[in-house]
Amino acid sequence: MPKDSGIGASPKRREDVRFLTGRGQYTDDININGQLYVHFLRSDMAHATINGIDTSEAEGMPGVVRVFTGADFEGVGSIPCGWQVTDRHGEPMQEPAHPVLAQGKVRHVGDPIAAVVAETYAQARDAAEALVPDLEELPAVIDMKDAVKDGTTKVHDDLTSNLCYDWGFVEENRDAVAKAMDEAAHVTTLELVNNRLVANPMEPRVAVGDYNPGTDDHTLYTTSQNPHVIRLLMGAFVLGIPEHKLRVVAPDVGGGFGTKIFHYAEEAFVTFAAKQIGRPVKWTASRSEAFMSDAHGRDHVTKIELALDAENNFTAIRTETYANMGAYLSTFAPSVPTWLHGTLMAGNYKTPLIYVNVKAVFTNTVPVDAYRGAGRPEATFQLERVIDKAARELGVDPLALRRQNFITEFPYATPVAVEYDTGDYEATLSKLEEIADISGFEARRRESEAKGKWRGLGMNCYIEACGIAPSALVGQLGARAGLYESATVRVNATGGLSVMTGSHSHGQGHETSFAQVVADMIGIDDGMVEIVHGDTSKVPMGMGTYGSRSLAVGGSAIVRATEKIIAKAKKIAAHLMEASEGDIELKDGQFTVAGTDKSVAWGDVTLAAYVPHNYPLEEIEPGLEETAFYDPANFTYPSGAYACEVEVDPETGHVTIERFAAADDFGNVVNPMIVEGQVHGGLAQGIGQALLENCSYDEDGQLISASYMDYAMPRADDVPMFDVDHSCQTPCTHNPLGVKGCGEAGAIGSPPAVVNAVIDALQSGGKNVMHIDMPLSPNRVWAAMQGA
Amino acid sequence: MYAFEMERPQTIADAVAALKDEDAQALGGGQTLIPTLKQRLAMPSKLVSLHGIAQMKGVCTDDDGRICIGGATTHQQVSESAGDYPALAWLASRIGDPAVRNRGTIGGSLANNDPSACYPAAALGSGAVIVTDNREIAADDYFQGMFTTALNEGEIITEVKFPVPSHAAYMKFIQPASRFPLVAVFVAKFDDGVRVAITGASEEGVFRWGEAESALSGNFAPEAVDGLSVDPSGMIGDLHGTKEYRAHLVGVMTKRAVKAAAAGETGVSSAH
Repeated sequence: MPKDSGIGASPKRREDVRFLTGRGQYTDDININGQLYVHFLRSDMAHATINGIDTSEAEGMPGVVRVFTGADFEGVGSIPCGWQVTDRHGEPMQEPAHPVLAQGKVRHVGDPIAAVVAETYAQARDAAEALVPDLEELPAVIDMKDAVKDGTTKVHDDLTSNLCYDWGFVEENRDAVAKAMDEAAHVTTLELVNNRLVANPMEPRVAVGDYNPGTDDHTLYTTSQNPHVIRLLMGAFVLGIPEHKLRVVAPDVGGGFGTKIFHYAEEAFVTFAAKQIGRPVKWTASRSEAFMSDAHGRDHVTKIELALDAENNFTAIRTETYANMGAYLSTFAPSVPTWLHGTLMAGNYKTPLIYVNVKAVFTNTVPVDAYRGAGRPEATFQLERVIDKAARELGVDPLALRRQNFITEFPYATPVAVEYDTGDYEATLSKLEEIADISGFEARRRESEAKGKWRGLGMNCYIEACGIAPSALVGQLGARAGLYESATVRVNATGGLSVMTGSHSHGQGHETSFAQVVADMIGIDDGMVEIVHGDTSKVPMGMGTYGSRSLAVGGSAIVRATEKIIAKAKKIAAHLMEASEGDIELKDGQFTVAGTDKSVAWGDVTLAAYVPHNYPLEEIEPGLEETAFYDPANFTYPSGAYACEVEVDPETGHVTIERFAAADDFGNVVNPMIVEGQVHGGLAQGIGQALLENCSYDEDGQLISASYMDYAMPRADDVPMFDVDHSCQTPCTHNPLGVKGCGEAGAIGSPPAVVNAVIDALQSGGKNVMHIDMPLSPNRVWAAMQGA
Repeated sequence: MYAFEMERPQTIADAVAALKDEDAQALGGGQTLIPTLKQRLAMPSKLVSLHGIAQMKGVCTDDDGRICIGGATTHQQVSESAGDYPALAWLASRIGDPAVRNRGTIGGSLANNDPSACYPAAALGSGAVIVTDNREIAADDYFQGMFTTALNEGEIITEVKFPVPSHAAYMKFIQPASRFPLVAVFVAKFDDGVRVAITGASEEGVFRWGEAESALSGNFAPEAVDGLSVDPSGMIGDLHGTKEYRAHLVGVMTKRAVKAAAAGETGVSSAH
């Protein structure tokens, strides 16, 4: 029987009521008395020297309060990078300055040159058109392989080249992997592109800065996945504001998908300008600005080689990737192609030797950083594509080849530095074969053929490292932050609870699922539990929401704090019932004394904590509020297997997805409905990457997919009804909930399934096509067929 | 957008008078013009909305059996009221999304003549007559290249008259981002011959594929198009389709349109 409350139940998402009825409070809904508006003049050139900016006409225009240029930010800090990668030779990465407003040069289309603050948006925009920047265009650096050639124009003149780092992992394996390649019975090689994406949350970025001169308090309202991280980065590194004088609020946020993790120039600008001017300053991005200023995702160019012995056992993997950093280092950009990518190259397979080389490259494009999955989709795509190609080259069943090489014993230490605590890859693959009705595929293929369509079946496995991450480990890997999470559980006198969590919710449903956890532990109705997030003045500390970490890390902190609450409440209950603390049991919101009929209710105990007339004051303090910080012992390792069936129109190359099935192992599941929703959303984004989405620059650095006229987002009718299953559960061994995280799985696991399916369809139609780069647009599929 | 004056005339005569002002611009359903204004890519001094002109709205049939559609009639109204010309009604029913169809008008679409719009294919493929406030223009004379028409400054499309063919179908292959046609073909079979109009494909905007028309007028069957092709050099090449791909799609979509029309079907879109 499904539960109707607590852990394992699927109550509807409480936050959806306000979202769906227009009662959400988003950053753009925040308007402060006396508020001004800023419009940024953004570069329309990819690369140019700024010889000067004539602001005189703009400054005299109606409503204009002040015009800022890069010169106003001399002495202000650079927008920092939160991760330092060390290269193959032990040297730190090259790290350029990133000014709030461009100084000396513009480095991508959209780079802010100046900012006009005025009484209205329209006035700010009018005046921005009257600014006269004197720009001298420079050659644009766009292609990554060209960018690292000798003598190429440099994006940053003070760096030695456009190479941010040349990373080798595990560097000690380099020669052994080369030897294994030489000695292999078979080596399959695949060159591919992991296409550049734009996250496109429904809500564009917004920032409102406010300053109180009476108290010297700064407040930033912003569309962020992690307000505490913004407070630290912006306060400490950019503006020099200590945490106790800076409040960052991220209220309802309309989707993030990674791109709202990072600290952006506009946030620092409004906070800075509000103090300079003495009035609140607001910025709301247009969708056009979002395309040219939100951090982009993916953009890897990769060559992967898979070596096999004569029995088709994997013996070695070698990859070489060029990873685009864009024009500046976004907050976590260096970590994505390295530690979030290289460590996943073992996948679900026992390959003894792996070597990953990544060259991170500066180009005159928008900065690239984490996007749903972040590094792990790139790893999964190349690995699962090269395995499929190997199976085809060797004439063996692609699933049999995977099964033969599965990791089957846990814990398993991979040759790429991580230890999988638990998993059962055969279980999810078998479940997939069942829910995807693999045995019925041939009949469906014949039906498609009768309609003149080629049908293909693509499958793959995936593993990801989530629950990011043990602070000590990530510190060794270059993170400039700890990746714990905090929670405060405040029990009120009448028994209701406010739970303050550092995990921000921007669509994930935390307000529902976190409440289920706490209510389940105490045995009360989850309506008595309120989840509070997104405000640095309310929550002790937070490292934020990304890397499918909220429940595994943030939820674990809540569990730890709730355990402290229960322990204290038991002391109070013992006092009230004149019993020994060790005999107190808590069930269904009632404290009982074991072996007796004595009981007190949850509410009696909470009231006693705040009205301590009959209370063990000599032992414990009044009140009932506890805080916990939880630092995970390891990553979590969700895994699964996905299957996609497509039809290809042989005449046009048009691909339609007819079926899609996902069997995931997320460990324990708190709210199955929310988990399914997360998988659906991830699948839609993964399918979007595979078939539709493509952020494209021309050779001059113009962004040619800068609106929805040219950037294809998946629509509801681009995806089929999904068959999803999460009944295979190997609980995480090291967090108290046994959960692994589900937010990114769909986006990680689905692109290779789609591409494998299209290749299978083309092969079934007699076209010997082995690979097509994403997105598999009709034109690309048709072009691949020609002459194949 | 920049500031502008707004007029809402109730008659064609008042609209024509209002449009005599320098930099005045007619506003139909605004599905192209409003986004253009929002991006500050146009700066008209005055917008003259045609929305309130009752005599420019509605669908009727004239004495020659032509379907006559007022210039300010929305796509939604056409899809509901042009049932006597099923392929035309179907085409209107698949333009954009419901929000677009409830605002966008046939006059606005034809006046704009976007090279990827649907209506130009129907008008040219049907041999429609474009009626303005002062003359009638045959479709063959009306479309003069991408975003270019025979309309004079300030001239308003008041009505469009469509002869009804015995068989017709619209075959739309969409551009995945905008869902405008990447290539779409309108085929219409009249007693005196077949017309084939292609949108989305050519750098010159909507065009008739004469070679296919000749072949199909002799044999209205998909095979008649076998071996025929358009020259890729005049096709649009962009992020979504090369010139060669568009030229290829012209052939494929034409055959499919013929097959559908011959079978009494009205059209198919590659979107669901």
